[in-house]
Amino acid sequence: MKRLWTRFGRAAAPLAVGAVLLALWEIIVRAEDIPPYILPGPLLIAETLWTDGPSLLGSLLVTLRITLAALAAAVILGGGIALLFSLSRVLALSLLPYAVILQVTPIVAIAPLIIIWVREPFLALLVCAWIVAFFPIIANTTVGLNSADRNLLALFRLYGASTGKTLRYLKLPTALPYFLAGLRISGGLALIGAVVAEFVAGTGGTETGLAFRILEAGYRLAVPRLFAALFLLSVTGVVIYLVLDFLSGLLLRHWHESAIESEEEE
Amino acid sequence: MALRAVGKRFASGVTALSGIDLDIHRSEFLSLLGPSGCGKSTLLRIIAGLSAPSSGIRRLSLATGHAERITTGNIPAGRIGFVFQDPTLMPWSTVAENVLLPFRLSGRVGRAERARVDAEIGSVGLAGFERAYPRQLSGGMRMRVSIARALVTDPDLLLLDEPFAALDEITRMALNDDLLRLWANRRPTVVFVTHSVFESVYLSTRIAIMTPRPGRIAAELSVDLPQPRARGERTSPGYVALCATVSEKLAKAMAAEPCRLK
Repeated sequence: MKRLWTRFGRAAAPLAVGAVLLALWEIIVRAEDIPPYILPGPLLIAETLWTDGPSLLGSLLVTLRITLAALAAAVILGGGIALLFSLSRVLALSLLPYAVILQVTPIVAIAPLIIIWVREPFLALLVCAWIVAFFPIIANTTVGLNSADRNLLALFRLYGASTGKTLRYLKLPTALPYFLAGLRISGGLALIGAVVAEFVAGTGGTETGLAFRILEAGYRLAVPRLFAALFLLSVTGVVIYLVLDFLSGLLLRHWHESAIESEEEE
Repeated sequence: MALRAVGKRFASGVTALSGIDLDIHRSEFLSLLGPSGCGKSTLLRIIAGLSAPSSGIRRLSLATGHAERITTGNIPAGRIGFVFQDPTLMPWSTVAENVLLPFRLSGRVGRAERARVDAEIGSVGLAGFERAYPRQLSGGMRMRVSIARALVTDPDLLLLDEPFAALDEITRMALNDDLLRLWANRRPTVVFVTHSVFESVYLSTRIAIMTPRPGRIAAELSVDLPQPRARGERTSPGYVALCATVSEKLAKAMAAEPCRLK
């Protein structure tokens, strides 16, 4: 019974806070008589969500496709690069600074260039989102791959394990928690990257993602729709994080301290 | 195995071992006894082939009968079992998977190997725990898994580095007896590192006393107590007298070496 209550409580607590804040928001908008083109109240936003729902969801799908593709690319390429880094110190030392440079350069600045160089719009947006998302995965996974227990490494050597076997049975499992931590961060970053890239692309894209709808609503002063789109974006970000968190728990629940449910006293 | 004039100097400048001359005889139970920092673990790693001596030579003759000079890496895999002070298990694998590791690494995982794994888990008293994860086990149980893993390939040489140091007295004594029982079965050559006089006398057929800074072998002596150890051996006059002798030798050796602070 207590278990159920805590599970329920874990979800209800932030929702309750949200409900209180929304109520306050609505009250303030009404009391101050704030016009909807400056700050719409939550009820109006909900109404707009209902009427514009289908088209906004369509746009959301476009943005989501770019996000998920960029995330997948970050996992595959980022993970692969981290693997190479762990196998060759020389490679790691020579290339890691460039990865850092790529990460710290503001995407807003280089997105226009990428969109010009990469003709195909979907690919261009994907590259932008990937640039934003890949670094946590590389950084975390590299650390993870280099964190194998020294004694286990000695044991593997004692039993004549090849590099491949050491990688498969020791280094990769060791790196998994680190990789998953990086993945959780990268999920949100991929979404941000996709949105920023779309902002910069403006009307360049043939399909309109949610970011573009936000821009468009801004130009037209359709502020309630702006908020509705923003709301959808936030929900998407939260859902992505929750999914990755759940995945992480699933993979680590047997053995990693971060994923083990607290046990009763024996 | 024969070690002649083996020395080990680390890059940091610390001389861990110096002038080690040691013979290790087949099927014996040899303890390396000494205080912390006398290079016992370093010596064990050199014996295992995990580390190369800075000077001196190692010669190993396995069951094939001829002696060959060892360099790091040419000891046939699977002929040596190593038990660390920490159980050193893979936390993401079950007990059975952990014990299966040596076979996985050598590439042979068939029904025979899995049967060996189950048998070994049973022989250390953990039957029924094959699917458990290390974090669900107590310290003593994890050490048993580590021992099972070391024995699963039926090694010629079993090396243990203070394996019971982190366990409580009761578990320690139980594992002492278990280890002797397992050794009596197949009689591998055992080299056991410890800092406990009582443990070394109880377990071994021979003790090498080491002193630190730099590590060297100060004395060797045989243990003439009956094998297998009788019940109540720990309080028998023979055992007690030997412990006294060994303690005395150890104290004398410690006093004889000037303690160089480095």
